[in-house]
Amino acid sequence: MITLNVNGKPQAVDADPATPLLYVLTDHLQLNGAKYGCGLGQCGSCTVLLDGEPVFSCVVPISILQGRKITTLEGLGTPDNPGPVQRAFIAEQAAQCGFCIPGMIVRAQALLERNPSPTPQEIRSHMSPNLCRCGTHMRILRAVERAAREMKGAK
Amino acid sequence: MNRREFLATGGALVVSFSLRAQPKLPGSLAKAPLLDSWIRIGADGGITVLTGKVELGQGIKTALIQVAAEELAVEPGRIALVTADTARTPDEQYTAGSQSMQESGTAILHAAAEVRSRLVDLAAQRFALPPERLSVANGTIRAADGRTATYGELVTGELLHVRAQPPAARGNPGERAVMGKSLARVDIPAKLTGAPIYVQDLRLPGMLHARVVRPPSYGARLAALQTAAAEKMPGVLKIVRDGSYLAVVAEREYQAVSAMRALAAAARWSERPSLFQQENLYSELQRLPSRDSVLVESKSPTSGWTAEATYRRPYQMHGAIGPSCAVGLYRDGQLTVWTHSQGVYPLRGALAEMLGLAQERIRCIHMEGSGCYGHNGADDAGADAALIARALPGRPVRVHWMREDEHAWEPYGSAMVSSARARLESGRIADWHYEVWSGTHTSRPGPAGNLAPAWSLAKPFAPPPAQQIPQPAGGGDRNAIPLYRFANTRVVHHFLTSLPLRVSALRALGAYMNVFSIESFMDELAQAAQADPVEFRLRHLDDPRAREAVRLAAERFGWAGYRKTRGRGRGFAFARYKNLAAYTAIACEVEVERDTGRVRMLRAAAAIDSGEAVNPDGIRNQVEGGILQSLSWTLYEAVRFDRRRITSLDWASYPILRFPDAPERIDVSVISRPGAPFLGTGEAAQGPAAAALANAIADATGARLREIPFTARRVRQALAA
Repeated sequence: MITLNVNGKPQAVDADPATPLLYVLTDHLQLNGAKYGCGLGQCGSCTVLLDGEPVFSCVVPISILQGRKITTLEGLGTPDNPGPVQRAFIAEQAAQCGFCIPGMIVRAQALLERNPSPTPQEIRSHMSPNLCRCGTHMRILRAVERAAREMKGAK
Repeated sequence: MNRREFLATGGALVVSFSLRAQPKLPGSLAKAPLLDSWIRIGADGGITVLTGKVELGQGIKTALIQVAAEELAVEPGRIALVTADTARTPDEQYTAGSQSMQESGTAILHAAAEVRSRLVDLAAQRFALPPERLSVANGTIRAADGRTATYGELVTGELLHVRAQPPAARGNPGERAVMGKSLARVDIPAKLTGAPIYVQDLRLPGMLHARVVRPPSYGARLAALQTAAAEKMPGVLKIVRDGSYLAVVAEREYQAVSAMRALAAAARWSERPSLFQQENLYSELQRLPSRDSVLVESKSPTSGWTAEATYRRPYQMHGAIGPSCAVGLYRDGQLTVWTHSQGVYPLRGALAEMLGLAQERIRCIHMEGSGCYGHNGADDAGADAALIARALPGRPVRVHWMREDEHAWEPYGSAMVSSARARLESGRIADWHYEVWSGTHTSRPGPAGNLAPAWSLAKPFAPPPAQQIPQPAGGGDRNAIPLYRFANTRVVHHFLTSLPLRVSALRALGAYMNVFSIESFMDELAQAAQADPVEFRLRHLDDPRAREAVRLAAERFGWAGYRKTRGRGRGFAFARYKNLAAYTAIACEVEVERDTGRVRMLRAAAAIDSGEAVNPDGIRNQVEGGILQSLSWTLYEAVRFDRRRITSLDWASYPILRFPDAPERIDVSVISRPGAPFLGTGEAAQGPAAAALANAIADATGARLREIPFTARRVRQALAA
């Protein structure tokens, strides 16, 4: 058994220690935010925060996660009470199929926690590991800018 | 004859009416004419709208709800929309071809209008008032004296179980309350907060996980297999083998992945080199057997051309971010498949044939997947779920493709070649000859032979002969006929009857390549005529809606006042999708780094007329996406392969657009035409975006790129030439 700290809650997980975190999140803990896209750390749809830093959960084995703080999309807000980055994405209608967007939101969250006033270039470069196939890039960038503005305004 | 006359005159007329040819009902009402196939109202006033189309990320759910809400005069939030399910919804075949608004939107528009009018008539009878004296607001019908009746009170029994009447001609639609407004997409909040929306998120009680061991190449046969090691792995419940079809089922998902890897390592395959040498792709393509058709014939000469050019487009992927997935449950001789297929009814037919099971015993329920942009692995994953679930009766089985499965096995957009020749006379195009070589752009189920898993079975199904999509929509020849008016035009389609790589429908089909070719060549000719590219197009364009779209895009871009700076250039392109759907004009500016060959689109301005705009922001979202996806295809994308195998197996070997290369700005102007037919939007921008990009690169550098993708290496080569 490995105990994981997911979204502030301890979760005892009975899985092979080599299991990538993504499979534990979706299969064992029944969370939907992190999505399988490539299993290779190339697309970012499985992005979660590990002690505040964005990681590809598809390539991180749970064996190294004991005692570390894991935050998934679900830790940022709920359908009834979405968090500020989620609200900004909704306001900008920044989704087509939406499959990549949870990973985008989580990665943007990491940036805004570290740097509340990123430049447009900083946003592009920070978001670069995450792929979108529908071509929603313009709206995603606008949503991150909006989130930055609104999160600063709220402080 | 309207309905009230019928009520007044009795049944005798029904006979004479039915003897006459019934007028065709609009949109998909023609195939599913009963009102309650589309709209149901419960005694509690709850409204259910049913569609045979599905949400692919194009926002169709929101747009259909808007259409229904408008015509029923209710708040959109009161409508529950049910999308494709073979047990519940009309059969609207595929959600494809930018046709959902024309087909389903039009059906729901007319069905909802008729339902409302029937309910108003009923209320009028109840109140003994003429229907014109009643008003309707949010599902409640009111008389001036304060009497009210709700839809829920009025609907009884079989009231809506009747054939729709042919509608009166649509006049001026007047004030719209819901249509034409940018209603926020109904599906977005749940998707952005981790609600279980996608078929990938579906978890049924007792559900198992499966992975398929794919053959390493088309036609590979399983020669030897050791199963002992995989069988002993933790959680493994069953290894499913049927001929060369091989899958493993486990309790936990990662156990299935691990067992699949072990099985793959323990399998030996026999393979044959069946593919071209990639370097010879285009010359080999033009040597393949073809069925040729002359789409337009002219008497023009065969020499004295002002310009000639050949254009090339490689095999390209749909490249869904989330690989295909399906869940199957086989219980008591009944099979249920949850699938992100674009066509649940055709998939059901294909599964019935593959399994030898009566169609009535199969139910296919659509759930959303990752955006597909056409025929990807969705149906094949449905077939996997069906085959594996049948081997484990009573337990739901979820099968999810790995990244390499999707990259290697999805049917690609066909590689294509085109050649164009034209002669100018007094600044106008007098003669235009265009030929295009292409494989098929549809190999969807229907037939079980179009399901890749069925190729590997002990009793295999072979792919059926390649199918051609007839004009005017066309497949490889979609948009091969220019919309421009030339004195003489000749257009030939060489339909390649078999290609070595699996191909099917990729967003815009042949229109992407044909519009890229035609609109690139238009610029080459404009240059020869020393004409401005926008003015040169208008010179040959009669259709007023086309002209308006062209002018608007040019104006929004600032075409007239454009000042060229070093390393930058502008490009323009236009097409009417399929020559019968949306009008799209795009102007863009690019920057080309001469040293590296890197091309970046800096900004684009687009104008689109897709008839009456139901959700303008939804249209903008689709056009922005179309431009960016086309930018990715055109700059970066080509499927790689060797003589035996596909070698583009991940995002490193098949790179696509990333954020640093996205433009600074894209402006989309929506031209709405209230009351005009819906023309659809989803595929309209791909062709014009590619050509505008090529034209802008030529403007920036003087180098004309005619082979997609415009990789940095190709750009450097073109600049050095």
